[in-house]
Parts: sequence; structure tokens; C-alpha cells
Amino acid sequence: MNTQDQSLIFELSKEGRVGYSLPALDVPEADLGSLLPDDYVRTEPAELPQVSELQIMRHYTALSKRNHGVDSGFYPLGSCTMKYNPKINEDVARYAGFAQIHPLQEEETVQGAMEMMYNLQTSLAEITGMDEVTLQPAAGAHGEWTGLMMIRAYHEANGDQKRTKVIVPDSAHGTNPASATVAGFDSITVKSDDRGLVDLDDLRRVVGEDTAALMLTNPNTLGLFEEHILEMAAIVHEAGGKLYYDGANMNAIMGYTRPGDMGFDVVHLNLHKTFTGPHGGGGPGSGPVGVKKDLIPFLPKPVLMKKGEGFTFEYDRPQSIGRVKPYYGNFGINVRAYTYIRTMGPIGLKQVSEYAVLNANYLMRRLEPHFDLPFTQHCKHEFVLSGKRQKKLGVRTLDMAKRLLDFGYHPPTIYFPLSVEEAIMIEPTETESKETLDEFIDAMIQIAKEAEESPEVVQEAPHSTVVKRLDEAMAARKPVLRYVK
Amino acid sequence: MTFRYLPMTEQDKKEMMEAAGISSTEELFKDIPENVRFKGDLQIEPALPEPELVKYMTALSQKNINTKDYTSFLGAGVYDHYTPSIVNHVTLRSEFYTAYTPYQPEISQGELQAIFEFQTMICELTGMDVANSSMYDGGTAFAEAALLSAGQTKRKKIIVSKSVHPESLAVLQTYANGQRLEVVEVGTKDGLTNLEELKSAVDEETACVLVQYPNFFGNVEPLKEIEEIVHSQKAMFVVSSNPLSLGVLTPPGKFGADIVVGDAQVFGIPQGFGGPHCGYFAVTKKLMRKVPGRLVGQTVDENGKRGFVLTLQAREQHIRRDKATSNICSNQALNALAASVAMTALGKQGIKEIAVQNIQKAHYAKNILSEKGFSIPYKAPFFNEFVVKLNGPVKKINKKLLEHGMIGGYDLGRDFPELENHMLIAVTELRTKSEIDKMANVLEGL
Repeated sequence: MNTQDQSLIFELSKEGRVGYSLPALDVPEADLGSLLPDDYVRTEPAELPQVSELQIMRHYTALSKRNHGVDSGFYPLGSCTMKYNPKINEDVARYAGFAQIHPLQEEETVQGAMEMMYNLQTSLAEITGMDEVTLQPAAGAHGEWTGLMMIRAYHEANGDQKRTKVIVPDSAHGTNPASATVAGFDSITVKSDDRGLVDLDDLRRVVGEDTAALMLTNPNTLGLFEEHILEMAAIVHEAGGKLYYDGANMNAIMGYTRPGDMGFDVVHLNLHKTFTGPHGGGGPGSGPVGVKKDLIPFLPKPVLMKKGEGFTFEYDRPQSIGRVKPYYGNFGINVRAYTYIRTMGPIGLKQVSEYAVLNANYLMRRLEPHFDLPFTQHCKHEFVLSGKRQKKLGVRTLDMAKRLLDFGYHPPTIYFPLSVEEAIMIEPTETESKETLDEFIDAMIQIAKEAEESPEVVQEAPHSTVVKRLDEAMAARKPVLRYVK
Repeated sequence: MTFRYLPMTEQDKKEMMEAAGISSTEELFKDIPENVRFKGDLQIEPALPEPELVKYMTALSQKNINTKDYTSFLGAGVYDHYTPSIVNHVTLRSEFYTAYTPYQPEISQGELQAIFEFQTMICELTGMDVANSSMYDGGTAFAEAALLSAGQTKRKKIIVSKSVHPESLAVLQTYANGQRLEVVEVGTKDGLTNLEELKSAVDEETACVLVQYPNFFGNVEPLKEIEEIVHSQKAMFVVSSNPLSLGVLTPPGKFGADIVVGDAQVFGIPQGFGGPHCGYFAVTKKLMRKVPGRLVGQTVDENGKRGFVLTLQAREQHIRRDKATSNICSNQALNALAASVAMTALGKQGIKEIAVQNIQKAHYAKNILSEKGFSIPYKAPFFNEFVVKLNGPVKKINKKLLEHGMIGGYDLGRDFPELENHMLIAVTELRTKSEIDKMANVLEGL
């Protein structure tokens, strides 16, 4: 059989073919040897492919057909908020006045861009209940690290050098402790109780004079709202720590509650999740950070300010943590997010959360008879099933995820959070219709049935994809990370 | 009021609530305690219908002066280059841009293969063994290179040349502060890293030396001499490099660089007011298992068919948690795709031709300004940017250029007090002889 049915672009290359068009050089040409020292003139050419424009387009069209996006079908990947990516966003981000402007132009020539940024940061401050927002961080993880660096600077400015610990719940995403480490903290874990919420007694036990902050997602990674949030905030604040909000799950609560009102001091948002980024195959994202008043002096610089009728970047910020990124953040993603916020308005955003939560609860209750549901209270925008029952039949969560591929679905997030055995984390989002949800439910029920009646169908899945399950162990043992002729 | 992204009808809602056994959607939010409930409407601007929103956003965008309508000589890390039309057509394939990280390889082969090809192209250009799937941008990749070096050498001193991009330097300082690393800046001489100063700064405590090639002033740093100094103390040699310049310049890999980073914005990615761009991160084989971010590797499926997967994930934050040395997860995949398409369109022949045009046109511009009597302070070899001393404040002169339909170069006095009235001029392949002549004439007439 043909084992390489999709060529690499390099394998299509033929000496002498071109896919570009440059004007002829219209200035006198100097000998390269007179412009550069001998050792610095490249002698071996970079072996980039040599293909025509149509060959390029066919190649990438073929690749795109081997990829599943939200536009291709349902994508209930928990904690990732794979909602519809509006097309107007893509148009607006490509306007010359947004795409073709240079970050170091004089401020007078980019007032429209600065106005957009100002409007966005003001809207985000209102949505999250914070006092000020920076748009500089490039992604959620970058925002986490930025927020923690600000908390560190805050404690240090208070002469509080001993606050070296960041507390994270056992259900937290791995990025939380990684961000804490990169920001120079040690992280410690607080346990969850049998309802999937932070155990208050354990929190009291771990909080102390060395607490810099508690990092929390609310609703948490199980899709459950931390009902005791005010008690938790009090415990942390009384000990002198700060409360950090991971905005990964903001889609559940817009217009219903705000992190700032729950007692959080720092918030990051993932604009590529809640605010329709898009996800881009893994980025670019955007991770703005909002803070309460006492942390404003520590914001990364420059800070965008309104000045009279215009806007300006303020650089004179002596207590700032400094820059976290060149220029002013992932502006192009921010343009998309702002376009989305202006499409929905306050009423629309609240409806977004209402339907995100309704869709998740509908799915959860319809699937409850067929799978184990470790936490039975109402969920928010996502919920976690356990594949324990099917595991006893020899069918693992991984198998069921692969079987979903045969139905044309991107599977849910699996094996996360780590606290649930054989976890299946489902987030439908508000942009999916009831029909789509019903079809997905039917597929899930059929797979549960197959697990009982013909487990091999599930164990050997997928049956219809362009490749079967891939040998990941071999990829790691003998890494091939580039093409070699 | 109904919204075009929300498909639920009242009937749907009723049926769903019934099936889920709830009496109202309010019931679903009961777990949010009353005293943290938000009352009333969010005080943000009201929704706009699509045609009005188009008008509003168009008007906002038109308040900005753009490089499509104006002739730009502004570079300083972000450049106005040829973007083949095909780039946009590929990145608008929604199978790419509406997907997320390829966690399910069976239905993500397109993205995975595109990134595998990106990794290969970056290796080819930089002369390195391994490249990752992208970083946020050149500035953060630069800082991450320092963190990797400190982790690898178990040393705490980071040495950086002052000829690197000032904003990359600022980002490095923030990251280094996070890890409690010491940053030592080495000064410049004649627009290049001061080698004497570098030699005395590098010692057995040094984790790495970071330089930029071509540097912020456009000059080609003597990597050969720098490499000897760096490796004499077994420190890591980190080079930040404009990948387009490597069409004509000897790649840093040839000079013994351990880590090469930079930004692929030069390949088909809009300037976009500074982002999103596309950082790249390339290393020697020895550092393969220390690279931050995602890596795509080749493997086979159950039938022996070639396929691609995310690999060596044990390095990454979601596995290592608090043992991680980097917390990056989302990267710039879509922009890596754009860069791949642009690099493919240019190809082996075009990458050289475009780089040659840059160096030739920039030298023409320098010569003509020099003939008109402007002082060119540095004599070092340069790529597509150079420094010129003007007769007055750059800000004022740029205002004049703007009146003539031109965006002038970067005001170096902003970061280097000793370079007041000095402008950094970038000349890419898009600038024509007549545009260059016009710019020189306007400057002369001031």
C-alpha cells in the first residue's frame, strides 16, 4: 500500500520552479563581496521548496482537508471554549488601518488603533469587575505569569519578602503551577472535597504567612461554581495573600457574576476562548490581565491612557514589572475580540453565558444514564463524565474518544482533570444548536452501547480517518523533527 | 432580541429545560451566591447590527495611517515586506484557523504536517538541527532562550549586548527577574557589540551571551569572534536573527550558535501594530529535549503509514507542572502557517533574491544620503537598515516626511540618549528607487 499518500511540500520541489514574483532590482547592484565580509556571505542555500503557486495552493488545501475545525463540525473540547469564530472578525482584522500599521509609528498616526485598545480594555474591566486592564500578554499562560509577577512585585513593595508560595487546587490545569514556577514561586496544592469544590478546611491549613496568592478558576475545571468563594477570599485575604482568577472559564458567567465582585485581585482572560479569538490551530491567542486598584502601579509598561480627546502610552511607571512582550500585545486578536463584544453588547454576552450553561446541562442530563457522572449538581458551561463503567468492559476513554472521530466529531478533553478517573470533559458552547447536541448525544449513547455489545469496534477506532492511531512512543523514542532529503 | 451566533429558539429552550429537569435557566445559576451576583446590565456599549459595525470599525481603522497608502522606511524589528496573495487564502481556510492545538492527531494531520514543514524551513534558514512549532514572538523567544541557558548550565549570569532590540532587552529583564537571574549589559562600539567589554564580562558564572544578527542598528555582528569568547567559558551562544536576512547572510548555526531565535513576521505576517507575530526557536540536537513549546514529530500509524504527532511532551508545562522551565502552551500556529506559505512561495531561489534586494536597496539609500552630506556614523557591514544622523529632531522630521506621504525611520534617541537626532532607516525590497530618491530629497530639503 501507499504509505505516504500526502507528500511533504519538499517532496514536490523541483529545481528551478518558482512561486513568487518580485520586481527587478531598480538600483545599481553592488558586488555582495563588497558589502559583506567573505565569511558572512551565505554559500550553501537554504533548501526551501521550489514549487509553483498552484502547487502550493493544492498542497495546503489538501492539508486543510486533513484537519478538523469548528467550521467542519462539533468540537466539544472541554476548557477550550471552541465556539463559532465570526467571519466579520476576520474581515475587520485585515483592514489596512489595523493590519498595515507599524507599532513604532508616531502616536498621532495610530489614534484609531489606540482608541480600539482603550475601548476594549475598558469593556473587559467592566465585564470582569476590575479597575484596570493591560492587553500586553500574548496568551493565557503569558497572562498568568504576568499576573503573578505583579503579585510578587506588590508583596515586595510592601517589604513582604517571605511570600513565596502560590496555592493551586488539585483540579487545576498544569499551566497554573508552571506559571508560578516561572514567576519565581513554589506552588502547593489544596485538596477538593467530594463535591468537587475546594476543601475549605484544607485551604485554612495551607494558607499562611508565606502565601503569595491562591490561583483559582471559577467555575472550576469540573465545570462547578465554587459556592464558597467569598469565604475562600476572606481566608486568603486575611492571611495577606492575593486572589488570582484564571479566566479560562469566563464563558460561563458573563453578566451573572464578575471575578472582581467575588474578591479576586487579578484576572486573566483568554480572548481566543470566550471572545472568539479564533484558536488558529494552537494560537495566536491573547491574554489580557485585569487588576484591582492596589495592583495598578505594577502593570506592565507602557500603559495606555486617555489624554484629553486622544490616547497616549505612558512609560514613566517606576513600580511596573516592566515589559512582558514587545509592543502592545496581540493587537490583531484584540481587534477580533472587540468586534465580537460590539456584536453582542451587554445583553448578548449575558445570553452567551445563559446558553453555554443550558447546553452543558442539557448534554449532561441526557448522557447521565449512560456514563458515570462523579458530580451531580448543576454544572456551568462544561461537565466531566467518567468512563469508569466502560473501562470495566475493556473500553477506555481514549477508545471512546477515537470512536467519536468516526462520527465526525472532535472528541471532548480526556484524562483531565486528573482528579477524575477516565475523565471526559465536555464543553458544548452556546453557538451549537439543539439538533447538533441531539446528534452528538445519539453518537455517545451508541458508543456506550457498543462498549457493551461489540467493544472491539470502539477499541479499534478510528475506522474512517486518513491515518489510524499513531505510534507516539516511536515518535518520542526516535524523534524525527524535520524533513531530510 | 436575537443574535446570529445563538441558534436556540424559545421552543428549543423549553424542550431542553424539560429534558434536563429544570424550571428556568435562572435555576442553573443558583450556585452563585446572591451577594456576588451581578445585577443589571454590564455598562458596555450596546450591540451593533453587522452593517453598522462594519462602518464603525472601518472608520476607526481609517483614523490610522497605514503602510499601504504611505511609503514606509520604518523597521526596527517589524518590517513592510512582500506578502504573496496566496498566504491570506491559505490562512483563511477555516479548517486551519478554527481548529485548536492538534491534540487528536488523526483529524489534525493537516496542521501537524504544516508545522513539521515549518520546523524544517526554520532549520534550513538558521542552520540548526531542531526548531519548535513557534513562540509568541521574537522578544519572548529571546527571553526564553536565556531561561533555557540558565537551566542547562545551572548558571545565573545572563550577558546581553546593548545592540539588541531595546524591547527584547526589556522583556528579557522582566523574565530574568522572575527567575532571579542577573542580567549584564555589554556596550557597543561603532554600532557593534564591544568585544573587549564582552571578553571581560564573560566568566565561569555566565549562562549565556545573547546577541542579535543583524543587530538593532542593522549591522552584521562578528559572530565568529563572539563565538570564541562565549564558548571559551562554556556559556551558551544565543543569536537572535531576522530569518529573511539569512537568505544572504551565513546562518548562525554555521558560527556555532547553540540557540537561534527571532521573528518570522518578515514572512507574510502583517505588521499589525506589533502583533500577533511569530517567534521561532531553534537549537542544536543536544538541546532537543530542553526546547520550550510544542514540537511536531514524524511517526507511523498502525498500518505503517506516515503521520505526524505532537512529541517529546514530557518537556511541557501540562506534564511537568511546577517542574517546568517554561509555561508556554498556546503559540502562534496560524502565523507559523502563514510564514510557511510565504517561505514556500519564495522558495530556494526567492529567499536569496529578496534578501539580496534588501541589502542592495538599503546600500543604495545609504550611499545617496551620504552623497547628500548626511553623516553615517557606523562603518560596519549592514543588511537592510542603517543609522543616519539628521539635522534636527527625528520626530519633527518624521512629521515633514508624513506630509510627503512617507513614514520615516525610527527615532533612536528614544532608547539611546547618545543617538539623539539619529534615525534608523529600513529599506526593504518593496521600496523603489524613486521612493528612496524622494525620501532623500525631502531630508535634504529640511
